[in-house]
Amino acid sequence: MRLNEFLSPAVEMCRRGDPRERIVLSSRVRLARNVKGLPFPGHAKKPDRVKSLEHILPAVEGLPQMERHFAAAMDTLTAMDKQLLVERHLISREHAAKSAGSGIVFNGEESACVMINEEDHLRMQAILPGLQVRQAWALIDQVDTELEKRLDFAFSPELGYLTACPTNVGTGIRVSAMLHLPGLVLAEQINPIIQSVNKLHLAVRGLYGEGTEALGNIFQVSNQTTLGESEAAIVERINKVLAQIIEHEENARAKLLETKPKVVFNHIGRAYGILGNAHSISSKETMNLLSLLRLGMDLGMFPGVERTLVDELFLTTQPAHLQQQHVKKLDTDERDLLRADMMRERLGRVGKPDHTVIKPPPADDAATN
Amino acid sequence: MLCSACQKKEATVFLTEIVGDKTHKVDLCEACSKEKGASDPGAFALADLLHGLGASQEISPPGSEDLKCPNCGFTQADFKKSGRLGCSECYTTFAEGLEGLLKTMHRGTRHTGKMPQALMQTRALADKLKSLNKSLEKAIAEEDFERAAKLRDEIRQMNAKLKEVTV
Repeated sequence: MRLNEFLSPAVEMCRRGDPRERIVLSSRVRLARNVKGLPFPGHAKKPDRVKSLEHILPAVEGLPQMERHFAAAMDTLTAMDKQLLVERHLISREHAAKSAGSGIVFNGEESACVMINEEDHLRMQAILPGLQVRQAWALIDQVDTELEKRLDFAFSPELGYLTACPTNVGTGIRVSAMLHLPGLVLAEQINPIIQSVNKLHLAVRGLYGEGTEALGNIFQVSNQTTLGESEAAIVERINKVLAQIIEHEENARAKLLETKPKVVFNHIGRAYGILGNAHSISSKETMNLLSLLRLGMDLGMFPGVERTLVDELFLTTQPAHLQQQHVKKLDTDERDLLRADMMRERLGRVGKPDHTVIKPPPADDAATN
Repeated sequence: MLCSACQKKEATVFLTEIVGDKTHKVDLCEACSKEKGASDPGAFALADLLHGLGASQEISPPGSEDLKCPNCGFTQADFKKSGRLGCSECYTTFAEGLEGLLKTMHRGTRHTGKMPQALMQTRALADKLKSLNKSLEKAIAEEDFERAAKLRDEIRQMNAKLKEVTV
């Protein structure tokens, strides 16, 4: 089956989450595993990588969690297929650059995904919408337990699971959540938050992981250490920090509305104006403005409009998803035109943002200010 | 996480420097951060510091720089280039040098998380076997031969099981 036909439509993907979830977009847990004795992908010659892929792929495809699945060797996928998978967060950018000797398997719900011969022989991940870090760990733990019956994993009682990079050794786990933090960005509190999160040995990254920009006010928080702590302890540590960041974001939004309501309304109103009327718009500008629109929806300024609309547009306006809807090969300029067309059409049915739904602060507060 | 300069005290100062599209990170303790001038952005150059810390990229103990992994042929020079190891056996080959490196990277140096189930079973069986052997010795010392015979049979069964799991 072709990748295009297998992937769920974007609108369906965006409906999977809890509509009450305002800040956490998705939760992810990935495990790094290697097969005993075989050279790691980065050190293996191509024939060795092809051989290990042939060894690992059937084991993954046979998993009960992969009953309905898509599987492919990376050299059989087009550049556009790979970009689609990156935009869906099913593979890393590094994996998209791989070809012969690397592969990918993921399930029909797009919730469990295994990259073969990325940096390690296996990088398996569970991705769930909203704040579901514990559930994601439970899901990938099951996949791992099934897989260890079929493959002989490199494991040392002292050092745990052995990985290509010593920074992943031990549990091989990376727990992360994708957060939408426009309040903290607008209130200029994001940098101190990032710094204090870093002090807790957690990393804060952009939309597509390591070394990427925080487009659309979206940040990824994840653990940096993997040895000396159990998986459950790491999951709970992240959960605690996430709860705090969520609280800070809610407070920042409330404070902004109280002290600078005009700044907030101005940002949201301009975002609506540009997205609804532009005739050419880049993917980056779209993401940043959609983030403000999403904030407006969280604040109730777009009554009757589902937030999933913004989430869907966020996905479908990215380059490969946009290309997917057109037969003709598009260049960047053409994509910018079509993206703006699509945006005008979809936002045409969305009414103007209504700032009167937000009550001004009580009079006595205003008097003291 | 230990200070990457002195490797003795807990790191409390975390520095990140971004040059072009590359990110460098250094963790320092209070004393080392002062000594290296980390609090004074003008005087502080992370790149220099990283060079000074070259030791953290060494995985071969001094005097055995030509150490080579017998399984995959990986060397110290390969690690310097990529920061990745060659195969799972490298962890044994370069164990001595990796120890210090892992200390600076992680919260602990011993794995306390999940274990492959097969390994857990063999470990549980091995533990059980040990305690049975002890009981057997005790039974013999106490000349309780009826109990000793029973234990001997149990140990035989257990040994057979252990063989089954490990094969």
